[in-house]
Amino acid sequence: MAFDTTQLIPLLPEIILLVGVSLVLVIDLMVTDKERTWPFMLTLFTLLAAGCTTVMLADGTTQVVFDGTYIRDPMSDILKASLLFLAVPVFIYAREGLMKSGQWRGEFMTLTLFAILGMMVMISSNGFISLYLGLELLSLCLYALVAFNRDSSKSAEAAMKYFILGALASGLLLYGISMLYGATGKLDFPSIAQAVVGKESDIVLVFGLVFVVIGLAFKFGAVPFHMWVPDVYDGATTPVTLLVGSLPKIAALGLAMRILVDGLGELQESWQMMLIILALLSMALGNLVAIAQENIKRMLAYSTISHVGFIFLGILAGSDEGYRAAIFYVIAYAAMAAGAFGVLIALDRKGLEVDQLHQLKGLNEKHPWLAGTMLLLMFSMAGVPPTVGFFAKLFVLEAIVSVGLTWLALVAVFFSIIGAFYYIRVVKHVYFDKPTDDVEVEVGGAAQVMLAINGLAMLALGLFPAILMNLI
Amino acid sequence: MFADFPILSTVIWLPIIGGLLVLGSGDKAPNVSRWLALVVAVLTFLLSIPLWSGFDVTTADMQFVENTPWIAAYDINYHLGIDGISMPLILLTTFITILVVIAGWEVIQYKPASYMAAFLIMEGVMVGVFAALDAMLFYVFWEAMLIPMFLIIGIWGGPNRVYATIKFFLYTFLGSVFMLVALIYMYFQSGSMGILDYHVLELGLKEQILIFIAFFLAFAVKVPMFPVHTWLPDAHVEAPTGGSVILAAIMLKIGGYGFLRFSLPITPDASNELDWIIILLSLIAVVYIGFVALVQSDMKKLIAYSSISHMGFVTLGFFIVFMIAQNSAADSGAVLGLEGGMVQMVSHGFISAAMFLCVGVLYDRLHSREISSYGGVVNVMPWFAAFMVFFAMSNAGLPGTSGFVGELMVILASFRANFWFALLAATTLIVGAAYTLWMVKRVVFGDVTKESVASLQDINAREALVLGTLAFMVLLLGVWPAPLIEVMDVSVTNLLQHILVSKVGG
Repeated sequence: MAFDTTQLIPLLPEIILLVGVSLVLVIDLMVTDKERTWPFMLTLFTLLAAGCTTVMLADGTTQVVFDGTYIRDPMSDILKASLLFLAVPVFIYAREGLMKSGQWRGEFMTLTLFAILGMMVMISSNGFISLYLGLELLSLCLYALVAFNRDSSKSAEAAMKYFILGALASGLLLYGISMLYGATGKLDFPSIAQAVVGKESDIVLVFGLVFVVIGLAFKFGAVPFHMWVPDVYDGATTPVTLLVGSLPKIAALGLAMRILVDGLGELQESWQMMLIILALLSMALGNLVAIAQENIKRMLAYSTISHVGFIFLGILAGSDEGYRAAIFYVIAYAAMAAGAFGVLIALDRKGLEVDQLHQLKGLNEKHPWLAGTMLLLMFSMAGVPPTVGFFAKLFVLEAIVSVGLTWLALVAVFFSIIGAFYYIRVVKHVYFDKPTDDVEVEVGGAAQVMLAINGLAMLALGLFPAILMNLI
Repeated sequence: MFADFPILSTVIWLPIIGGLLVLGSGDKAPNVSRWLALVVAVLTFLLSIPLWSGFDVTTADMQFVENTPWIAAYDINYHLGIDGISMPLILLTTFITILVVIAGWEVIQYKPASYMAAFLIMEGVMVGVFAALDAMLFYVFWEAMLIPMFLIIGIWGGPNRVYATIKFFLYTFLGSVFMLVALIYMYFQSGSMGILDYHVLELGLKEQILIFIAFFLAFAVKVPMFPVHTWLPDAHVEAPTGGSVILAAIMLKIGGYGFLRFSLPITPDASNELDWIIILLSLIAVVYIGFVALVQSDMKKLIAYSSISHMGFVTLGFFIVFMIAQNSAADSGAVLGLEGGMVQMVSHGFISAAMFLCVGVLYDRLHSREISSYGGVVNVMPWFAAFMVFFAMSNAGLPGTSGFVGELMVILASFRANFWFALLAATTLIVGAAYTLWMVKRVVFGDVTKESVASLQDINAREALVLGTLAFMVLLLGVWPAPLIEVMDVSVTNLLQHILVSKVGG
């Protein structure tokens, strides 16, 4: 196939992002301003421009370019658009936190933007090679970011753990990919999908599938491949935790959908059982262990693990409804996680990070807006209507009931009751306890406004979930 | 002229939006937020009156219907409508909320704006529960109710409030999520989320039993029935007066309403099959919990247990209908059971609200709920004593008060089912009289022996207004229950005919 420049059009968002990040990299060298206003503005502009381009390109069609390695379809549009637009609040919160700890450096912007670029490549990959490329671009940026607070031994340790386990996961994934390649002789998903028809019980294929699923589970942080999650969440500085905890989930879903559905949809019976086990273990362990956490970052880490279980439920339903539910869930979850870490950042003081539950005591007395935001976010995570978290859970439950897995729905709601406890415990600290100190909450205007929007969006999408659902 | 005016939506959203405005008015000018809250509450009540005056008592169809798509992809609609079962409960809600706002006027000094806002939002959500005809809409309102109540108990409650409110939240959450799965399951059986479509959905007996159990978990916790009642005394004791009033007067009724709207019509065969469980648990609640109430030393706990016992009557009335239908050809006895349960719900809404407000009056003065802290109150607070004795009498089921009507109807209906049920149920009249009057004797009568009691001031005009209004309603319903029975008669009869037809293999 001859190269033709129109093939670049579906890639416009990625190109805009790449140009933007290069400019940020250069401009940041010349900036003397401590607040780095210009590179920051450029970053936001890049994200918005790329996001708007994605929306404009979205026309419900599918385009495959670059010899079948790259795809733009409705799923990639919605995932990329939500990724880019959610990156805006993430940057605003992260800037707030890094300025407080005196670590607001240009590298954060470039590394994060490159990570986002990697995520976009993952979401749009149509074959294992481009997928792996995107995954490594994302992972390498995240490893470096976790160690961003270079003076902290805790961060260094977390980054090391993340790197080793992440590299291991990538290795497992690659090994699985090589098996699949061996069995099918293909690397792009449509050809693999054709090649596996009728080979459901091919031992090499199933062997490869197991390794691929393990690699995926590592990236998602599903039990029993979750060990890195709490350590990384806790070890990284909160602005980085915010990043690690929100956006990559969207990309991970894209990864799972591309491999399992586009590539190996025929093997659904095999991977459905694996995902059921992973989902059950994740929901059980995540919710139970989160109860024991006094460190709120670790608590949110275990909460992530339990939410991953729910996302897997949507995927394993194996129906279009299930996939839509999983996409809805992951977007809602990324927004909730960004908001929750954003509130923690808002509470940070100069040189002191807030990471213990008791530090939230009496927040309602000090700052009712932040308290209200936290309330909405926590009820949303617990899945209590009228917040978006409820509808995310509802759509997933509907999807699994519709394929006859009612028992799984019962187990899932059972664990969400257990989960409700630790979320409302946060509300208890915020609303029912008296403050233990009288330190004022200092939070910048932009972050404050963004947090209020973030919290209210959880409510608004809970009242009108059709707004988001119709896009998916 | 009101034909197209969305009254139900207004009654739901006016208090919610008003509540947000009150919240926004802030705690700096408490009087502004108090008056604003009162205006919103009164306006909502006035707007809910057309629901009664414009109600057509000759049809069992849903009235004041509003139906617009909400989440089209899943057939979820914003579908509202009321019949004779839900309408009285909506009016009860809007009425009680006014009293709660007035009762909290001076007492609540900590964040009064948030307090008023929570109750107004709560009001809108509760009306939504009664008016929703779409299963998901119902569930959203049902669960959303938990958030304001969780905060009300947790922020303005007593010393042990955190334990109580978390227990309250988790108990009710536990009950309702299984109902959610049942609702989703039926969506795939019927292809619709409409509650009325579920009513006519054909289900096998095994499915019905499972769905019945899921509903039972949700509603039994809310009512609450023995043995899942233990959250109620804790929540009541720790909640501020207004919270207790709303809990007892309305939230418990939502459980009873759920049985009527979901369990009975959707799973009639399972209800028929398993009615003995409910009857047994109801009788245990009526008798055993009555005795538990007798030994309480805390006034609020005593009234909480008395509520559980009275709600036992309600569930008994609802579920003896199958036995009556077997015993006699005419269904008039069965109608009596259902209607008795409904009257008992409304009446208990007034009486329990009044009892908790009475305790609130005392608590505001002496900050003690212990019976032993009082004695001889009549000597210093004669007006208050008159009210308290009156409400205690109606709680015990004195003829001429609303408490008597509901209990009598249920007992009469029980006779047609089984003599022994009626006998056991009738014992509450004795036990109820014993615990209420004994409490009144220890609190109100006798000589003043404590200095703190001697210094008590009688009720002021505001408190007299609240208690007086309730006393009027209790008396009115007691001597002239006909209008209430008239509005629900057609709907209840229709419900009864529906549930007596088997869905299995029909």
